Amino acid sequence: MTNKINWEFPQALEDEAIYILRETAAQFEKPVLLFSGGKDSITLVRLAQKAFYPGKVPFALLHVDTGHNFPETIQFRDWLVNSLGLDLIVRNVQDSIDQGKVQEETGKYASRNALQTVTLLDAIEEGKFDACIGGARRDEEKARAKERIFSVRDEFGQWNAKMQRPELFDMLNGKINIGENVRVFPISNWTELDVWNYIRREKLEIPSIYFAHEREIIERDGLYWPYSPYLNTTDDEVPYRQKVRFRTVGDMTCTAAVISEADKLEDIIAEIMEAKISERGARIDDKRSEAAMEKRKQAGYF
Amino acid sequence: MEVLRIATSGSVDDGKSTLIGRLLYDTNSIPQDKMEALHAASKRKGLDFTDLSLLTDGLVAEREQGITIDVAHIYFSTPTRKYIIADTPGHIEYTRNMVTGASNAQVSLILIDARKGIVEQTHRHFFIASLLRIPYLVVCVNKMDLVDYSQARFNQIVEDFQQLLDNSAFKDQEVKFIPISSLHGENVASHTGAINWYEGPALLEYLEQVSFDHQDSRHPARFPIQSVIRPKTAAHHDFRGFAGKVTSGHFSVGDEIISLPSGQKSKIKTIEQFEKQLNTAHARESVVITLEDEIDSSRGNMLVKTDNVAEQRKEISAYICWMDQQKLTAGKTYLLQHGINRVKAKVQQLHFVTDVTSYQEVTDKKEMGLNDIGKITLKTAAPIFADLYQENPANGAFILIDEFNNTTVAVGTVI
Repeated sequence: MTNKINWEFPQALEDEAIYILRETAAQFEKPVLLFSGGKDSITLVRLAQKAFYPGKVPFALLHVDTGHNFPETIQFRDWLVNSLGLDLIVRNVQDSIDQGKVQEETGKYASRNALQTVTLLDAIEEGKFDACIGGARRDEEKARAKERIFSVRDEFGQWNAKMQRPELFDMLNGKINIGENVRVFPISNWTELDVWNYIRREKLEIPSIYFAHEREIIERDGLYWPYSPYLNTTDDEVPYRQKVRFRTVGDMTCTAAVISEADKLEDIIAEIMEAKISERGARIDDKRSEAAMEKRKQAGYF
Repeated sequence: MEVLRIATSGSVDDGKSTLIGRLLYDTNSIPQDKMEALHAASKRKGLDFTDLSLLTDGLVAEREQGITIDVAHIYFSTPTRKYIIADTPGHIEYTRNMVTGASNAQVSLILIDARKGIVEQTHRHFFIASLLRIPYLVVCVNKMDLVDYSQARFNQIVEDFQQLLDNSAFKDQEVKFIPISSLHGENVASHTGAINWYEGPALLEYLEQVSFDHQDSRHPARFPIQSVIRPKTAAHHDFRGFAGKVTSGHFSVGDEIISLPSGQKSKIKTIEQFEKQLNTAHARESVVITLEDEIDSSRGNMLVKTDNVAEQRKEISAYICWMDQQKLTAGKTYLLQHGINRVKAKVQQLHFVTDVTSYQEVTDKKEMGLNDIGKITLKTAAPIFADLYQENPANGAFILIDEFNNTTVAVGTVI
């Protein structure tokens, strides 16, 4: 069976996400929306706007900045926050490094992606956030496929897969003890394609790195890595210019590019439908082991 | 585009994960890198075939033991439908996770190992599917390759299953039997030719044509208020809207409504969905409703239409499925959450616990343990406005929350 392109966004998913966001605002004292500047968190921002309209979004955005972001993403983040009149909180991984709480990885594969967890947990504690809304989707990764919509974490941010609360019908139980927090995933049931079709339907702006553009890359382990001052390269890894785009927006040291000519949404969607590699196939951090995501989640990763 | 929600269930090792893996494989939903990871993982485990079940067992503990512990949600699409599969565990100790997966399903898939036939878990899963009144049931008789694709064996299982159907209280379920082999893909997405005596549809063909009759829309109109939106901005100074999701039925501009529990009446002035104005809001749509009059309503209240007002209940009879290690005992107080509304509730009486294999009601029980299903009576501190589950499932279920550790300990249906 071949997949024909379906441009239609399943409306039921938006209604469900809005319901979840409203429950989050009602059940928690101080929710925050985890914002990375990627397509999933951009989608969340749109949903939050819709959920509380004509009122304003009743929570701030929290960006854990690794310092190794694509400059285009940061530019986009600031533009979005300004144009929609949202509150933005930024916490820097660099501060956690300076405080000696985490240690920078070394070597060829050094990345700050895992270090984010500590900065995130500190930000949660400091801001007294009892709910963190994230754009994770169950189709991304098999450990994520197991996650509840209201996912309770202990005071160390830990996820205990065996102790998850049953989640029945659409009744969400956000009752927690002081110190605990809940990760909320309104777009759990969306797939990568649903997100793209939604962005297309809603005519949302997205960072330019999602569209094909020329940039310097190196090849390593069969993947195309964006060349940047943050990447530790060996002498034989020579950067060259290539037309590429990115399927996910992560850290510049752990997000691989795909070679592409897709410079508009329709082409991106067509390309995803044809793609032989999964979305997270280009996330280098997931390739560390079969249980990479589960381990990060146990440690408090979002 | 329609979304079809499916819950799978079956006993351990009857091949649920393989069936799902096969559905994904046959609909081209497994990208190459994931397929390669599957080959590698299968090889590491010393298997001489690609174990598609490794695709869904996402936790380390599951892969170690080769069993499914928790619900995995899996997605695939065809040109006409988006499918959400809740892959639920077969082990008896994880029944609560099975109920979790099944509670939102329109289709229940029960797998039976053709060699073993109906086992205890089949009874349990069928019982839960009937209790939740899941409208479509597909019984997949799997591993047909291991019984030489025997028609007689298949017919025997269908006949045995008929007894379960005869005992069920829920008679409106549409039941379909399909002989399949997940391992070889026979009758999963299509026919491979191994079974020529079966003339019905393959599983996917069946799922593609299951009709949605939008039952929720025909049920009485219910609108629980999630929050009150009062922007107090220059542009919307006097705006006061009730945000929520229509549970069942539909509401239109001009409808006369009653706010529960106050009983105050008004008329719907507008129905809004972001910047759009709607004439009607249907079941499951998230909207904001404004009224003609300033009536006192807040979170947890419910708007209903004057022609069908939900019954006020302070004493509730219900079937519940107990989901916690700590037992339920009569006299204990819990938090009852009905939709979004929470009230204190006391267990007045435990009437019986059902033996799900024999349908016997065991009346001398003093407590309910993990995964038990039975009938209780609850008394609530404030009225709730629930319908009978059999008349309006969307407004007839609730959960119980332990006041001390905040866990969801039970799910109930009002009877």
